[in-house]
Amino acid sequence: MTSKERAKREFSLVINGEPKTLRAHPMERLLDVLREQLGLTGTKEGCGEGECGACAVLMDGALVDSCLIPILQAQGSNIVTIEKLAGDARLCALQEAFLECGGAQCGICTPGMILAAQYLLNRKPRPTMEDIREGLSGNLCRCTGYTQIFEAVAEAARRGVSA
Amino acid sequence: MEKDHIIGLPAPRKEGRDKVTGKARYIDDITLPNMLYGATVRSRIPRGRIKKITFDPGVPWDEFVVVSAKDIPGENCIALIENDQPCLAEEIVNHPEEPILLLAHPEKHLLPKAVEAVNIEYEPLPAVFSIADSERRSEIIWGKDNTFKTYLIQKGDVDAIWEKAAFIVEGEYFTGAQEQLYIETNGMIAQFDPKQGITVWGSLQCPYYVHKALMALCGLPEDKVRVVQAETGGAFGGKEEYPSMIAAHAALLAMKSGRPVKIIYDRAEDMVATTKRHPSRTWHRTAVSKDGKILGGEIEFTIDGGAYVTLSPVVLSRGTIHAGGPYYWPSVRVRAKAVATNAPPHGAFRGFGAPQCLFAIERHMDRISEAVKLPPAEIRRRNFLKPGQTTITEQIVREEIDLGKLLDRALSLADYDSKRQRFAKQNESGNCRKGMGIAAFLHGAGFTGSGERYLSSVVGMEGRADGGVRILVSSTEIGQGTNTILCQIAAEALGLRYGDVEIARPDTTEVPNSGPTVASRTAMVVGKLVQSAALGLKQTLAGCGMLGRNYTPEEFRAACREYVSTQGQLRSFAKYEQPADIFWDDQNYRGEAYAAFAWAVYVAEVTVDLATYGVSVDDFVALQEVGRVLNPVLAKGQIAGGVAQGIGFALYEKVEWRDGRMQNGQMTNYIMPTSADLPPVRIFFEEMGNTHGAYGAKGIGELPMDGPAPAIVNAVVDALGIPFDSVPVLPENIFEAVSTTGARENTVPSAGRG
Repeated sequence: MTSKERAKREFSLVINGEPKTLRAHPMERLLDVLREQLGLTGTKEGCGEGECGACAVLMDGALVDSCLIPILQAQGSNIVTIEKLAGDARLCALQEAFLECGGAQCGICTPGMILAAQYLLNRKPRPTMEDIREGLSGNLCRCTGYTQIFEAVAEAARRGVSA
Repeated sequence: MEKDHIIGLPAPRKEGRDKVTGKARYIDDITLPNMLYGATVRSRIPRGRIKKITFDPGVPWDEFVVVSAKDIPGENCIALIENDQPCLAEEIVNHPEEPILLLAHPEKHLLPKAVEAVNIEYEPLPAVFSIADSERRSEIIWGKDNTFKTYLIQKGDVDAIWEKAAFIVEGEYFTGAQEQLYIETNGMIAQFDPKQGITVWGSLQCPYYVHKALMALCGLPEDKVRVVQAETGGAFGGKEEYPSMIAAHAALLAMKSGRPVKIIYDRAEDMVATTKRHPSRTWHRTAVSKDGKILGGEIEFTIDGGAYVTLSPVVLSRGTIHAGGPYYWPSVRVRAKAVATNAPPHGAFRGFGAPQCLFAIERHMDRISEAVKLPPAEIRRRNFLKPGQTTITEQIVREEIDLGKLLDRALSLADYDSKRQRFAKQNESGNCRKGMGIAAFLHGAGFTGSGERYLSSVVGMEGRADGGVRILVSSTEIGQGTNTILCQIAAEALGLRYGDVEIARPDTTEVPNSGPTVASRTAMVVGKLVQSAALGLKQTLAGCGMLGRNYTPEEFRAACREYVSTQGQLRSFAKYEQPADIFWDDQNYRGEAYAAFAWAVYVAEVTVDLATYGVSVDDFVALQEVGRVLNPVLAKGQIAGGVAQGIGFALYEKVEWRDGRMQNGQMTNYIMPTSADLPPVRIFFEEMGNTHGAYGAKGIGELPMDGPAPAIVNAVVDALGIPFDSVPVLPENIFEAVSTTGARENTVPSAGRG
């Protein structure tokens, strides 16, 4: 066993509703564990320093940048990624609204943006435009100028989003 | 023929479902068996001779694949225009972050340390960091005179007009570098097989640019190089030419190791090492009549190209042609120049030279308005190009445009006049100053001049065994909507449903070269070819009696199936033919520069806070004429996104340089607008008719980048009564200007002057 292997420890967490046990270096980023060990590549890396929100996931219901979370900190937690929202065949209301309103262009910020929107709607099912603007200000998008993202979130709220 | 129209409707984004579910596969989402990770060892100095390279002990170097220039099988260059940019520096480095060595290892996390453990000794050489230094030529760093390219436009007799002028207005304007800041950083995977050759997958805009570069670098024939575009997370020009460099690096590592190699740049590497918008300087001297008509003028447009030629001549060309703005110049002389400095080469970024020169002319129009004492709107109205007049390249305006009407509508939408009067009063007291600014502009669609003829793009269309249709183009989806609008065009042309049409993933073994995805050319030029190829498909089916004059989508599908099962492959191709009336003189830079222009008037409303010196954009009206709007949701998305980047260019995004190297290469300290920074952008379209593109569409992608900076800076000047002639305008610039002029206490609201 290499020294790197020896430094690894076992972690248990619930990912998208399924209990998982895995081995990782305690300081390995949750982002890398999700993408590389679990193949959940819907979570993206944009900056690696918590500025852009492309790697956003829900951890015990809170919105976090998974590039800033060492797996050690995620031990025992409940993680939700974009793959959970996708469901099987039907899109969730937010995904539908993003598609219709032009909320996704290149798509790289979209998973994080949708999770941030979901987090917002979980707390405020009827957000004002100002709530939306503020709620998404931790997620950068270079394509849309945000207008159509706001419209998508407002539209999803109108239709009612299940938490 | 019974059918539902699909052009002009908000067809949902073709690949949208994959994007909102996280299933779309970007390059970093792809892993190949036995894959290595690659990293780049780069120059730490701006210019010098490489004396010695040593490797620190303590790193297990035998586990690493190390590639230097000596490993290059073909030419050590990134083939593009001049082929002066090496793939790996061998003796001389010409800019900070220039690639020198490549490393690969199975463990990604070991690479950063290994890169640090390569020591390169240099003999430093004097370097040049600004346009002014480069022009001074105290140090020659490129060619004979540090000049990559010059253009000269001469229309009429400029020298004769000065004595007729009632006013002579002079101004000098500057724009800074801007980072594209696509949220997906650059990345490539390469795989080599001695029989099949090299294959690369990557985040890129122009598959055939990469193809050309790899052929030259690897010394391989056309059919032994395959380039495939992965889903691409934004590009904006930033993935036009640099992906060829990264593909070249991944290919060299793959060839040497015999294993697939993935290179993904982290944000800092992407920001400091890859291309940015060219910094620029524009000087205007304009002769104006008593009643505010431009009689003629001289324009000098200069851009900083960085260390190698790359795309600078083409960027310069677009800037040169747009330098006069949407105005009629009876006479003009434009001298344009791209110069070398020891910075990483500047490159393509949405607008491609036009945002720079249009900032200058639109600030200059406000300066003329002040000199002549006519309001900014009026001075523009009196000088707008009209159908039948000629542009600065003596292209006759054949489009039925009415810029005065466009201006009136924009002013009315912005409530310009009454707001300006109101602000003049409000600005007399309090700690805020409010202002309104206008920008009128144009953007040529497609390649400049003879460019489209040289490209001779080809588009294919395939009838499939299942009855569906597939579009074959190298034009890439980079978020702007290529997949969707081309499928809409094909469906419309064939009388099919949107769902009957697919588009192939750009893969050089599968799709013809429909040209690069740049220059706002996809909707207009490629779209028109898609329409032609569709007609070819229909004619083939009709010609062999399988399809009647009137048919349903089901009948078309049945005909396709029948053809494929009885005759084999069903394909139709269309090739670009330049219309006979398009004439362009490359020597004298004269003639039909673009088949069509998009036109726009933008109006910005700003507040300058005299406590924080911050500027907020309170309202923004974007009115444009882009021909037929193919898809209103995508079109609005293009404008909203471009305006946001333009607001960043005007007010936030500043590259801090030290010795040719970007110092703020992080999202933390290079500030792009967030959702909290942007105003509601109000977007409107005017359709005045166009015959060139598919169903009358013109270019749209770059246009919205051109207007925000001048509109906003004109509004800031209007608010404060102090001129600002360079972007970005940051709070510190406002603080300095207000402090120096003492305008804080006695700002003269300029609205009163109009």
